[in-house]
Amino acid sequence: MDRNSNTYTFIYAAIMVVLVAAILASVAMALKDRQNKNIEVEKKQNILASVNISSTTSDAEKIYAEKIKNQYVINTKGEVVEGEDAFLIDIRKEKSKKAEEKLLPVFECQTENGLKYIFPMRGSGLWGPVWGFVSLNEDMNTIYGANFDHQGETPGLGAEISTTWFQESFKGKRIFDDTGNLISITITKAGQEAPEAHSVDGISGGTITSKGLENMLLEDFNSYKEFLKKKKS
Amino acid sequence: MSDPLFSKKNLTLLTEPLNSSNPITVQVLGICSALAVTAQLKPALVMALSVMAVLAFSNVIISLLRNTIPNRIRIIVQLVVVAALVILVDLILKAYVFDVSKQLSVFVGLIITNCIIMGRLEAFALGNRPWQSFLDGIGNAAGYGWILVVVGFFRELLGSGSLLGYQIIPENWYLSNGGFYENNGMMILPPMALITVGVIIWVQRSRNRKLIED
Repeated sequence: MDRNSNTYTFIYAAIMVVLVAAILASVAMALKDRQNKNIEVEKKQNILASVNISSTTSDAEKIYAEKIKNQYVINTKGEVVEGEDAFLIDIRKEKSKKAEEKLLPVFECQTENGLKYIFPMRGSGLWGPVWGFVSLNEDMNTIYGANFDHQGETPGLGAEISTTWFQESFKGKRIFDDTGNLISITITKAGQEAPEAHSVDGISGGTITSKGLENMLLEDFNSYKEFLKKKKS
Repeated sequence: MSDPLFSKKNLTLLTEPLNSSNPITVQVLGICSALAVTAQLKPALVMALSVMAVLAFSNVIISLLRNTIPNRIRIIVQLVVVAALVILVDLILKAYVFDVSKQLSVFVGLIITNCIIMGRLEAFALGNRPWQSFLDGIGNAAGYGWILVVVGFFRELLGSGSLLGYQIIPENWYLSNGGFYENNGMMILPPMALITVGVIIWVQRSRNRKLIED
């Protein structure tokens, strides 16, 4: 058949497209379960990391089942919403909802240092979303641990938010000031003045990512504000 | 098929792109990703390996199809093959080596747009046998890869004081710890990658006189 004829070109293109689509679709289907499993295990690892428990991909599920004693969903008024699975709540969807419709997951973890509350968060960095889990002590003020991750921040710059040294610096910081106002945590640039107890050092060269993370913390702690106040008193 | 598998002619397909026809320093292709992923050594390494896998296989596939591809849609056919391979690589990484896949994030998708791949398909695989195309793919990806690794090495060492994430410069050298040393923050910004590539080109041309144009 003439390789330059229209018929040949059309048939060739059609067969190629159908074939490639079939291959990709079947591979995607076949690997879907494994991928979802990976994502689930990773989320459990991240939740555990926010209360300073390190786990590997193989033991994360076991430790999670042992340590995370309680998980529930609340609304912005701080009331528990029945019939929702906290682990399956999609934070991205919840963030775009109106304040009164938001579903907010809370995880409780029993550690050797007492009961900790874990709050998932999500915001935007420079190139894409950033997210994480922050855990508070029972005083609902002092940060016990934090774990952040990102989709595509610049390696060596914004991507540093997922490193230990940066996350460690959140430990012991307080999100309420002395008069009980929620001020969250400031991520400072060199030379920027901020009260020691409420700020951490930013990442040089990663200003926009740091700023995004700072906004995320303020916004999301704000959603949980009523719940935090209720538990505090 | 008279050639032995590793005849002298076939071996030059592997070695030429390392030096005198290097895709980055001589043909100036694939610069964009060379600047984007080299702030640290590890992403540079993984990117080099991923490009090698995609380039070798797409070269072979296009070479096998070369006598059937309609001339007028050959670029589209190449693009579909490359895109399908990249998506396959991405799916497999996500399912079996989730950590690596996270490390690469958006860069895997960007392999599709790497000019070296389309360039080799168009210039080589369309006119040569599968085995030669395979060698050509490996050779060009290696030529691309070693530049990435060298640039990544210097950028991470001078910019962050570490290699593959391990601290190399002793902590007490740093000014903040009372020492005399400070990381060069410029090295982690993309412009310094371009300058590093420029230095590599300079060194290469001074050693390989036949690359110097009049």
